[in-house]
Amino acid sequence: MAVKNYVLVCGGSACESAKGNDIYKSLLHQAEVQGVSNDLQIVKTGCFGFCEKGPIVKVLPDEAFYVEVKPDDAEEIISENIVKGRMVDRLLYKEEGKKDFKPENIKFYQKQERIVLRNCGLIDPESIDEYIARDGYMGLEKALFELTPEQILDELNKSGLRGRGGAGFPTGLKWSFTQRIESDQKYVVCNADEGDPGAYMDRATLEGDPHSVIEAMTIAGKCVGADKGAIYIRAEYPLAIKRLEIAMDQARERGLLGDNILGTDFSFDLEIRLGAGAFVCGEETALLASIEGKRGMPIPKPPFPAAKGLFGKPTVINNVETYANIPVIISKGGDWFAQFGTEKSKGTKVFALTGKIKNSGLIEVPMGITLREIVFDIGGGIPGGKKFKAVQTGGPSGGVLTEDFLDTPIDFDSLISVGSMMGSGGMIVMDEDDCMVDVAKFYLDFCVEESCGKCAPCRIGTKKLYEILDKISKGKGDIEDLQKMKDMGQAMKKASLCGLGQTAPNPVLSVLNAFEDEVLEHIHNGKCRAGKCKDLVQYSIDESKCIGCTVCARKCPVNCITGDRKVAHVIDQSRCVKCGACYDSCKFGAVLVS
Amino acid sequence: MSKMTLEELRKLREAKKQEAAQRDTEGKDTLVIVGMGTCGIAAGAKDVVDALLDELKKVGNENVIIRQAGCMGLCHVEPTVEVRSPGIPNTIYGNVDAEVARKIVRQHIVDGRLVNKHVYDKPAADIIEQ
Ligand SMILES: Cc1cc2nc3c(=O)[nH]c(=O)nc-3n(C[C@H](O)[C@H](O)[C@H](O)COP(=O)(O)O)c2cc1C
Ligand code: SF4
Ligand code: SF4
Ligand code: FES
Ligand code: FES
Repeated sequence: MAVKNYVLVCGGSACESAKGNDIYKSLLHQAEVQGVSNDLQIVKTGCFGFCEKGPIVKVLPDEAFYVEVKPDDAEEIISENIVKGRMVDRLLYKEEGKKDFKPENIKFYQKQERIVLRNCGLIDPESIDEYIARDGYMGLEKALFELTPEQILDELNKSGLRGRGGAGFPTGLKWSFTQRIESDQKYVVCNADEGDPGAYMDRATLEGDPHSVIEAMTIAGKCVGADKGAIYIRAEYPLAIKRLEIAMDQARERGLLGDNILGTDFSFDLEIRLGAGAFVCGEETALLASIEGKRGMPIPKPPFPAAKGLFGKPTVINNVETYANIPVIISKGGDWFAQFGTEKSKGTKVFALTGKIKNSGLIEVPMGITLREIVFDIGGGIPGGKKFKAVQTGGPSGGVLTEDFLDTPIDFDSLISVGSMMGSGGMIVMDEDDCMVDVAKFYLDFCVEESCGKCAPCRIGTKKLYEILDKISKGKGDIEDLQKMKDMGQAMKKASLCGLGQTAPNPVLSVLNAFEDEVLEHIHNGKCRAGKCKDLVQYSIDESKCIGCTVCARKCPVNCITGDRKVAHVIDQSRCVKCGACYDSCKFGAVLVS
Repeated sequence: MSKMTLEELRKLREAKKQEAAQRDTEGKDTLVIVGMGTCGIAAGAKDVVDALLDELKKVGNENVIIRQAGCMGLCHVEPTVEVRSPGIPNTIYGNVDAEVARKIVRQHIVDGRLVNKHVYDKPAADIIEQ
């Protein structure tokens, strides 16, 4: 028996709580009553990501996409769509009055655009043939046989592509510097260091589609006149390294890498260089030093790598995601690419959406999308009915964005204007249980560890900032500390040698800016409202709520909770290590944090 | 495998595209794609592949191709498996363990019935179309 129709009912928690289950049952019931049970299958699915318009019901193969469905609508969906094969017009999702119901045409689905991730999750990364079947190496074809180096630059300039490694420098402009310089040797380098905490999009791209980066670097070689390149990748990414190696071997065998590519007189080859995983080695001058076998420490710019890079030769250095865009830009044209994104930030950005978010994952969205759309539409909102507090973007170089900025369009310039940064694309969502002093402390701790120590403002500044934050988190801060941190932060921004020290104060400054009251609470009242700063919290048990289930006592690692079964329990404060296990384990909300 | 010229590259691309198209039109082969990035593997994707292979052998179905791929973007429900089977809409399954993988073989591939509770629709429309 072949099932002809599929009715997908959203079983995500948002839709579920909006009667999703009743809809599911009514559909089953109606299918039975109307005698079509055998012709269709009714299925509960995961969240469609469109909770705003939920509950959602989708009918396949018609692709009818019904929104805000009520249990009573089941009858009509079955009788019209399944029995008579007509869609139920009034339930169809319509975009701005248009009768468009195909998912491809629904704006929500267009909230994600897959350009960088076009092949990720679709093709076997270890098969060059599958990449080729999806128009792989078509950009290279064009770059070798149809375009001059100037025309390649034209396409890049038209595309408006800006570097995805953080700072957003126009890629076409960068390549043109290297291209214009006369030199016996030039290099193309890929920055796959990805040191930002919470970010993994470069790893995912290399693991899912290594050929796209190889193809792009070869195009860069052709454009600027380089015949050698290197991919600098951290050794902690063994799978990405392995897949890159396989891909490079396959490309060489096929004549797409190495001598006389596709029978032309252009030759280009790549090698992999492993990084030891120091954050500062992601900074371009430090990275190049590291490839040369020296200690990975930044040097002052100018000269920029474009003019004087690897072994003193002109070098193009770009991020993984930047490269992954390039084959499509060349094969489809810069104008095609420029239709995505905003005026000054073209194309898409891949984010690693993590933290307190329902649908954590790797998303690719057009520039200009708002934070609200990312967090609530794509990410499905905050789990556990908690309240949204902030999003941290840009890693240690960025800042936190509060509710007030949920409607800010996400692009390079507007993020900077609200005190954060695009960075490489880590996006960490926080809810009311996160303490902002703690968050700032986390990033500072990271920078203390990762500063290379070459220059004093960064080496001493990060440490001092950390110490002040630590003091505040222990309830021992005083009001002058705020100004001290601000002054020190400004000084570090101006005087540090590289981006690490220049941006390390950003998370603190943005927390001071957006959550000053919370910081002041720590200072004046010795209170941490999120209950994260251990020295300030106290766990206690509410006698009236505790039913004596003993769960907390069993979970407590130091056995400091006592009490008989069915009798209210007590915490011995002198021994409590404030791990919060009792709080997390109590099903009756009897454990209090203060 | 030898080095290619432009002509050969183009021929290969056409051939591979046709192969993919044929698979769909002849309605014979089922394609199962398993998300196998670092995180997918960490979440147990290897067990899923083993279970798929084992169960396919048990039911004696040789028309199925299993393929690994990178991140599908649905990291919160890993391991993920996409099934493209003739006559059934392409389906993405999430939170797949060995047991669910076996169910996918018996229920989806053999019987043509989706495995309830593990279906995750793809949130993104793929814009790069052949
Ligand atoms: C401390 C520090 C760390 C950095 N880490 C990375 C990194 O991990 N990956 C990356 O692509 N760029 C990183 N960058 C940015 C690079 O210096 C450089 O701007 C980038 O690779 C240029 O490529 P793009 O133009 O494609 O963005 C870092 C910069 C600094 C200051
Ligand atoms: S700013 Fe920090 S990381 Fe950068 S060079 Fe100075 S000490 Fe090193
Ligand atoms: S916070 Fe941890 S140590 Fe303290 S009482 Fe609860 S479980 Fe025990
Ligand atoms: S829970 Fe149904 S669309 Fe998200
Ligand atoms: S990286 Fe595995 S699904 Fe995202």
